[in-house]
Amino acid sequence: MIKKEMIAMLLAGGQGSRLGVLTSGVAKPAVAFGGKYRIIDFPLSNCINSGIDTVGVLTQYQPLRLNRHIGIGIPWDLDRNNGGVTVLPPYERSDNSEWYTGTANAIYQNLKYMETYNPDYVLILSGDHIYKMDYEVMLDFHKENNADVTIAAMPVPIEEASRFGVVITDENKKIKEFEEKPEHPRSNLASMGIYIFNWKVLRDSLIAMKDQSNCDFGKHIIPYCHENGKRLFAYEFNGYWKDVGTLSSYWEANMELIDLIPEFNLYEEYWKIYTKSDNVAPQYLAAESKVDTSIIGEGAEIYGEVQNSVIGAGVRIEKGAVVHNSIIMKECVIGENTVVEKSIIADKTIVGADCHLGVGEYAPSTLNEKVYASDLVTIGEDSVIPDGVSIGKNTAISGVTEPSDYPDGMLAGGGAIIKEGDRI
Amino acid sequence: MKALGLILAGGNNHRMQELSSKRAIAAMPIGGSYRCIDFALSNMSNSHVQTVAVLTQYNARSLNEHLSSSKWWDFGRKQGGLYTFTPTVTADNSWWYRGTADAMYQNIDFLKKRHEPYVIITGGDCVYKLDYNKVLDYHIEKKADITVVCKDMPEGADISRFGVIRMNEESRITEFEEKPMVSSSNTISTGIYIIRRRQLIEMLERSGQEDRWDFVTDILIRYKNMKRIYGYKMEDYWSNIATVDSYYNTNMDFLKPDVRNYFFRETPHIYSKVDDYPPAKYNAGSDVKNSLISSGCIINSKIENSVLFKNVFVGKNCVIKNSIILNDVYIGDNTHIENCIVESRGTLKANTYYCGDDGVKVVLERNDRYAL
Repeated sequence: MIKKEMIAMLLAGGQGSRLGVLTSGVAKPAVAFGGKYRIIDFPLSNCINSGIDTVGVLTQYQPLRLNRHIGIGIPWDLDRNNGGVTVLPPYERSDNSEWYTGTANAIYQNLKYMETYNPDYVLILSGDHIYKMDYEVMLDFHKENNADVTIAAMPVPIEEASRFGVVITDENKKIKEFEEKPEHPRSNLASMGIYIFNWKVLRDSLIAMKDQSNCDFGKHIIPYCHENGKRLFAYEFNGYWKDVGTLSSYWEANMELIDLIPEFNLYEEYWKIYTKSDNVAPQYLAAESKVDTSIIGEGAEIYGEVQNSVIGAGVRIEKGAVVHNSIIMKECVIGENTVVEKSIIADKTIVGADCHLGVGEYAPSTLNEKVYASDLVTIGEDSVIPDGVSIGKNTAISGVTEPSDYPDGMLAGGGAIIKEGDRI
Repeated sequence: MKALGLILAGGNNHRMQELSSKRAIAAMPIGGSYRCIDFALSNMSNSHVQTVAVLTQYNARSLNEHLSSSKWWDFGRKQGGLYTFTPTVTADNSWWYRGTADAMYQNIDFLKKRHEPYVIITGGDCVYKLDYNKVLDYHIEKKADITVVCKDMPEGADISRFGVIRMNEESRITEFEEKPMVSSSNTISTGIYIIRRRQLIEMLERSGQEDRWDFVTDILIRYKNMKRIYGYKMEDYWSNIATVDSYYNTNMDFLKPDVRNYFFRETPHIYSKVDDYPPAKYNAGSDVKNSLISSGCIINSKIENSVLFKNVFVGKNCVIKNSIILNDVYIGDNTHIENCIVESRGTLKANTYYCGDDGVKVVLERNDRYAL
């Protein structure tokens, strides 16, 4: 019989629709981060660094990139004879087949997977946060308190607490009450979406709540456990933790890595973050290049100017191009004499020569005011921007665009060009 | 695949000065992110050679560490694998490898129990890309006993440390001189050979019985007129790194766009062990011109015409020019480095000055990093 003390279930099926065109073709956990990584690398590396060698990754939305990235788990040492990483997509059954309709529903549909390992504890993670955390310490806390469920929580400024699920605890960190996005929060301890369950408690509550539609941990399972007198504890986490759920928080989290001594330091020997890297070559900075206050990934070739930016692996920035305050992901090309200001450009995009990104004034988005609400120019993966066009602030582009898409060679602030169909 | 691979990585010499005192030449870092043996290993893997043995004896620790997992080059399969053979003491043998032929002779059991008809032999100290299948096709077409891959060196190049070859119009090798003082030809042997496995076993056993241990002088040169030995001309980039100057120049070659594209961009790719360093970071004060920078580096200064390997820290107000900084080096503030090779894991104190005035200077500094 296979036996694991604790296994992890990593929820990676969400679209992350607030990242706009960045997630039009990939799931949010597969979005690039920090010039080299993808968001899912953080929880996966945390797992292996915490000694958890059995991880189920639940996928649903656009899983191709995620599947290729995870593979059999080699970069994280999760290629194991016994355990390791398993990608768990929704599957068809003889009766009642369905998609994953909620976080808890997705876990419920994989009860069999978890049973295989006879775990004592199950760790529930989400694939869209940037942080380093030792889950083993959290497990120790869980055991010490003889808890049924432990929720990782971190103190946030009280004025922001209404965006989160908030826990109200007694002096022993035992949870007394639980509020989901309260208007007037009574505590500043926000749930991080990281849970440790005793296996039996998890299994029983998932089965009890199986008919709940869109069954969700925060909305249904945690309240259910609470109402049934289970021992719920809050594990207070005081390290760096960032939800990169919106374009501006995603941009900020990347920019924080550039600080002289970043709060979230990737350069510490201890607690390495692992990723699949296809490119191992060094980067080349040409005689005419000018680079400072930036991080740059492997194999990039820089002939232009880069400042305050995060540049991914294999990116090429041509002569005379200027990149400021931007995130440019893997294998993009920025053409000669093109100016890029405050932009997020996803993988393998080709920007032509003599373009200007981020011109003019802010204007409200014509596409989606909730998603696009900053100065950022956002360009989805595999897009093409023709030579000589200007693109205003707070804009979105996805797909192969042509000069005819830009009346007077211009995409005005707040505008969007979303192309359907084949991409290169 | 019709061949198995042997990589002769045991060598060491004094021309590498201090650089090879702590590692085999095959383990020397190359081109920012690679080790020299990655080129031979990647060529094997890209030519679909599935069984490769690395023969090593001198200071093999960093080589063994690099080869500790074979997955980076896609070896480690059920059909084939990557083997590392160091000399072992047995009931009837307690010798080190006394030469290249002896290294193979001591592992003759391995050669005997394999089934591949051919053997590809290469050194671990050369930087090149080669599809061995093309050489093998040539070898079969010429009905050769041994094929030697050779290369025309440019006029005026110092070839006194190579084997020099002269071929007739059919490409059969008529003269082979090992390390001649004065040579009549500028075609040299690259140390890459193809030979039928049974033929190799027979030749090794014979020379072993006669106490002859060197593959070039005791096999190639002795059998030159008796066996059909052919030369295969290689046109692409090839460089041997076994002297300080050639090591320096080979690394500097990667600053040329054509060499860089050839090795870093064009397929097939060169693979190496992945070290999981974060991306390179450039702080305010960085001013990097015509240089290669590897992952894990943190740069605060001026760098020109240089190659920085992985995980190098460069402090403020430094000037680094025409230099090679190997892995894990810490360089304190206000340091000036010119025409140097800084050995890996070195710690250079602040306000120091290193300059190779007449030629490349090898810098070894073993200061305590945390006492700075």
